[in-house]
Amino acid sequence: MPQTLSEKVWERHVVHRAEAEPDLLYVDLHLIHEVTSPQAFDGLRVHGRRVRRADLTVATMDHNVPTAPGPEDPISARQMEALARNCEEFGIMLFPTGHPGQGIVHVIGPQMGLTQPGLLIVCGDSHTSTHGAFGALAIGIGTSEVEHVLATQTLPQKRPGTLAVTVEGDLPHGVTAKDVILGIIARIGTGGGVGHIIEYRGSAIRSLSMEGRMTVCNMSIEGGARAGMVAPDDTTFAYLEGRPQAPKGSDWDRALDEWRSLATDPDAMFDEEVVIDAARLTSYVSWGTNPGQTVSIDDAVPDPASLEDATKRESAERALAYMGLEPGTAIRDIRPDTVFIGSCTNSRISDLREAAAVLHGRRVREGLRAMVVPGSMLVKVQAEKEGLDQVFKAAGFEWRDAGCSMCLAMNPDKLSPGERCASTSNRNFEGRQGRGGRTHLVSPAVAAATAVAGHFCTPADLGVDLARED
Amino acid sequence: MEPVTTITGTALPLDRSDVDTDQIVSAESLKRIERTGFGPFLFAEWRKDPGFVLNDLRFAGASILIAGPNFGCGSSREHAPWALEDAGFRAILAPSFADIFRNNCYKIGLLPVELPVEVVRRVMDAVLRDPTLQITVDLGARRVTGPGVDEVFEIDDFTRWRLLEGLDDIGLTLRHGDAIDAYEITRSEWLPRIRT
Ligand code: SF4
Repeated sequence: MPQTLSEKVWERHVVHRAEAEPDLLYVDLHLIHEVTSPQAFDGLRVHGRRVRRADLTVATMDHNVPTAPGPEDPISARQMEALARNCEEFGIMLFPTGHPGQGIVHVIGPQMGLTQPGLLIVCGDSHTSTHGAFGALAIGIGTSEVEHVLATQTLPQKRPGTLAVTVEGDLPHGVTAKDVILGIIARIGTGGGVGHIIEYRGSAIRSLSMEGRMTVCNMSIEGGARAGMVAPDDTTFAYLEGRPQAPKGSDWDRALDEWRSLATDPDAMFDEEVVIDAARLTSYVSWGTNPGQTVSIDDAVPDPASLEDATKRESAERALAYMGLEPGTAIRDIRPDTVFIGSCTNSRISDLREAAAVLHGRRVREGLRAMVVPGSMLVKVQAEKEGLDQVFKAAGFEWRDAGCSMCLAMNPDKLSPGERCASTSNRNFEGRQGRGGRTHLVSPAVAAATAVAGHFCTPADLGVDLARED
Repeated sequence: MEPVTTITGTALPLDRSDVDTDQIVSAESLKRIERTGFGPFLFAEWRKDPGFVLNDLRFAGASILIAGPNFGCGSSREHAPWALEDAGFRAILAPSFADIFRNNCYKIGLLPVELPVEVVRRVMDAVLRDPTLQITVDLGARRVTGPGVDEVFEIDDFTRWRLLEGLDDIGLTLRHGDAIDAYEITRSEWLPRIRT
């Protein structure tokens, strides 16, 4: 039977299958961080259980970590200490703060070459979908499941449906990977992928760099999907080759054979399919409090009265009240107070290059706060090697250490009530970036241009011609 | 885990769609390393509004939450179901749930019950009119009964059985220890392994 990519990866991980039971799947790689793991380790201790495969488990500190010098928050410190203790006790490799390998969990896996095609990867974090960019099946799990994987290296799962999102054609000049996924979510809605694994297909997806594909897969969960995947191809293999944890020598050749066999068979069927014309995608800005509430930068804030569905209408009304926006306001007339470039969606080197290209020789608008938080310490070092930090600093951006930072405001980087932010992160939920804060999701290019202009705009509006990199 | 069989009680009508996990329990409260005590953080931000339904004493003591579509979207934080559980909720009725949230609920014995949108609307309206109305969720019979509702809901056999028996998932998996051992032997050598 012809199979899709996700079905192939799924089938290769079935440890036990029985009628009317979820499949028991083997986990190749388990990533953990300080926030969703402490109770899982406690559970192991209570039951006298061990970590079955510490050699398939990697930990980092990212959610809580301070990204600037300053007084330590004692409660966050306690959580980080708990992780350090747990990793020590159970023999798990940890990248703590201050370690050159530290960074956001979804940035360090790929960077080390640990994230590989065909793997089943789990992490107690919904943006685990990021790793699907390599053709891995990568699922976000809760703390009970983290404990389950630690104890058994397996996970019982009901097989989700398959959804093909095909983006065909050439992306217009200036349209980035972030715009692709924002455009997809604007189309399918926040519940559009529920119960499904998305496979992103089509020439526009193939044309993206690995980092761009990670940006796309990262936000699969924002469309409600269980996971997002892209079939591995030469772009994938070129990215992986030579990375510290990637297979070497004859192993590399064996791995390549295996990886090449993963692509969806030509006559395989998906449960559902959405086709998007790449040429019609533009730069997007979210206006509401969920990622589906997104429009083109050329549009205006929609009028809830125009929405037929009563639930959608009420949700839009609430969102506009929270966001302090009037229907009909042109997106370009909205003026953020803060610009945040970072998060597991857009904090990799190509994101920073994209933003720096816009900021080169320009200044952040007077009175606006702007901040760049690299996704990992290695990204930070690389950016400094390229002089990007100088570009950011000269423009008036703060240049920080790696972490989740203002993506979820667990560390001191927060918005104040009412503060409006252009953010390259993935969630614009109420209070996500700080109590009362107002988030607009955008690409790094739009974030940078907006920082300069003081209102939402594209690099092209500033006369910058970005050669499309991803 | 305690077995889940029949839940009967009054309900709290939360008439909102796309209620995300950041609203259920904010990031700030995730710093706790304990498994309990998340109840006070439930909907903490919305609760600051005196008009918010959770502050309405007529609904105090509710054990069933009624909500709009796509409940629990967003993060994988199990702290969200923990907070609902800690605040006394045993079941949630909604037209749809986010996948990870639903899984997390099943793990701790909090029952997500998916019902047609018009049925949820009917129960929501009935409860808004009369907060004393009792609703019963019978897991054994897969049935919700109450004002304006007598509806069968779907739940897979395995999860239902596990909840009814109150079984520990890890314990169940460990029965397949031999299968795990056997699978492990077949894994390719070049697959990544972390050397500390
Ligand atoms: S950067 Fe944001 S979305 Fe990504 S893992 Fe950190 S908190 Fe989660």
